[in-house]
Amino acid sequence: MSSRTLPLLFINLGGEMLYILDQRLRAQNIPADKAKKADWIEDDRRRVMNDIITTMFNKKFLEELFKPQELYSKKALRTVFDRLAHASIMRLNQASMDKLYDLMTMAFKYQVLLCPRAKDILLVSFNHMDAIKDFVKDTPSVLSQVDETYRQLIEMYTPLSSGEFQLIRQTLLIFFQDMHIRVSIFLKDKVQNSNGRFVLPISGPVPHGTHIPGLIRMFSCNGEEVKRLQFRNGGNYTGVLREGSFEMFGERVIKLGTNMYSVSRPVETHMSGTSKNSAQKKSVNTAPNPLAKEELNMLARLMGGMEVQKPGNADSGFRVNLFATDEEEEEALISRPDEFSYDVIKIQATKNQQANAELVKIMGDFTEEAGEPCSSSANSKGDDLLAMMDGL
Amino acid sequence: MYHKEKSIQMKSSASALYNNLSVLRIAPRSLTYFTVVHANMVNMVSASWDGLNYSHRQLQSKEANVATSSSLIMQAAWCVLPSRDILVLTSQKGIQMYESDGSIMVYWHALDTPETQTAQAVFARGIAAVREKYICVGISSGSMLVFDVPIKGSNITLSEVLEEHKESITDLASECSGSLECIADMVSADDSGNLCVWKSGEDFQLLNKIPGFDMSCSSVKLWKGTVVAGYGTGQIRLYEAVTGIVHAEVNAHARWIYSLDIAPFSGLLLSAAEDSLVRVWHLTMTPETNSVEVTSQTIPGRNLTTPRTHRQTLTASLPLSPSRSCTCITSV
Repeated sequence: MSSRTLPLLFINLGGEMLYILDQRLRAQNIPADKAKKADWIEDDRRRVMNDIITTMFNKKFLEELFKPQELYSKKALRTVFDRLAHASIMRLNQASMDKLYDLMTMAFKYQVLLCPRAKDILLVSFNHMDAIKDFVKDTPSVLSQVDETYRQLIEMYTPLSSGEFQLIRQTLLIFFQDMHIRVSIFLKDKVQNSNGRFVLPISGPVPHGTHIPGLIRMFSCNGEEVKRLQFRNGGNYTGVLREGSFEMFGERVIKLGTNMYSVSRPVETHMSGTSKNSAQKKSVNTAPNPLAKEELNMLARLMGGMEVQKPGNADSGFRVNLFATDEEEEEALISRPDEFSYDVIKIQATKNQQANAELVKIMGDFTEEAGEPCSSSANSKGDDLLAMMDGL
Repeated sequence: MYHKEKSIQMKSSASALYNNLSVLRIAPRSLTYFTVVHANMVNMVSASWDGLNYSHRQLQSKEANVATSSSLIMQAAWCVLPSRDILVLTSQKGIQMYESDGSIMVYWHALDTPETQTAQAVFARGIAAVREKYICVGISSGSMLVFDVPIKGSNITLSEVLEEHKESITDLASECSGSLECIADMVSADDSGNLCVWKSGEDFQLLNKIPGFDMSCSSVKLWKGTVVAGYGTGQIRLYEAVTGIVHAEVNAHARWIYSLDIAPFSGLLLSAAEDSLVRVWHLTMTPETNSVEVTSQTIPGRNLTTPRTHRQTLTASLPLSPSRSCTCITSV
């Protein structure tokens, strides 16, 4: 649908990821005996955040991101975030990465759904950007990248009409359709039901441009008001608040997109109970994807611009656990229902120019080879491509 | 007034799209068909009136060629013509037309999609059957395609392209009162809230243009010469189609209106919005004073404000139905 959705999706999900990682990095206590392996001090935490943010706002990467394009599949997007999460010396096990991604996506889905106006998605994005800016305020080089991104967002999105924003919103909602993972913070605050659906409030301020429901006005042919009727709107709406700022600085007014985590409010996701009764599994995920090849092309271009640290040896990296204990993390991996598993595409795209060129050439070969459309064979071609890319 | 009937479970959830529920009642067979769009698929269920038999079917969007990006469906709607009923699907790639039970595709019209992706999205949206033989479909560029539909067979042809709107078409509606006296046959709405009123024919004639107020009009109906328009601000406005005179303004919802529907014989209007509420209104026309009165209605025994914990998004439209039953679908 809208070809302007990807930057918003990426920046907001990235923002949520940073909130969660920041919270975990602060909360994680290393037992004394392991201290020599991974020294958790303020500097390390800042370093991780800086590295990830630097990668997120890499100029070449953003150039690709802001090009008009359809949204990636869930699988492809997950791959991008997998890569991003490992852009620093921090390491995450599969279970923690899955949980991180669940939280990120449900949080952004919530924000999209609850936005009073479709245009407010931009304010939500600015909330994330403001927080990101705060994370890197002491690092001028990254700060300038972030500022540049503000400018690109403002340039691209502020001229859009309400209808175009609504199209973006609909595109996002279709992307998040049928995701109903329960998040404990949302359940506690009663903004999510036990079936995983979010609650839409019928109280609170009305959006900018909307009147509080309740009035019917009738007019004569001359335009004079001849009758007024009131009706009970059944809710508890209040008047509109002032409009948030759509500029680089300013009060955003909307709270969606601000950091809802803190050390004292740890987040958990509940996986059980969501799959059993669900008669509405999204079938699109499991069907063979004939677009795999095209998507890989896009992904490779995107990630070619991602500067990623070499994994190095186990000693130099340190692991972050999104669960309370290692045992819990292991348990989560084993017990995760199949339909919630994210198949991650392993791509070893590097910044190396020559390797990049190689990659592009290989893609080109494959594109030319593409014969009649046949979903299953396209998949196997995709696999071959993956295998070749892994080898680079 | 409306009364609640047995709920029907669709095969998958409804996508967040305007006017996402279409209904066709087939009296001779005591059946009602329902369609709901889910991403690149349409879920169709045929329900017998005695509530005992349900049969499901799914229709996929046709992709012009597999190598390009997937095609999400924007809308599915039945077009009721005197001789036949056609099911129309509009997507990012084009327009598919099927025989009413969805079994055979009788026509495919591909949209012009540019080689490289542009910032402006390309899709078809807005479907209406007009008079005896026309099916009109809106496009994201603002154009509208008029198709000439024969009494039977697949010899459907593109008869005209109407270029009046400059913004994406959101919804189309034809006069639903059944009265032949009405001058206006169709109204079209777009993303800037502009409304165009048309008379059908070999060449469609623009009768009037009602300017918007920079807010998308997502759903529109035409009843007894009155345009009923729902906007993104949650407001409903009623206009006299041919002159553009405003009859009424209703501050109806606190969020974007996703669909409207009118029961033509009773004048009951339904509006559904993102605030999770469905509201019922009653429209009364007084020809002598050329006025329309709007009153709010409650469905007896049903509290429209469902308990907070159960409220979910309503994105589906509510069908017009002589038997005065309505169906709501929750989604997302």
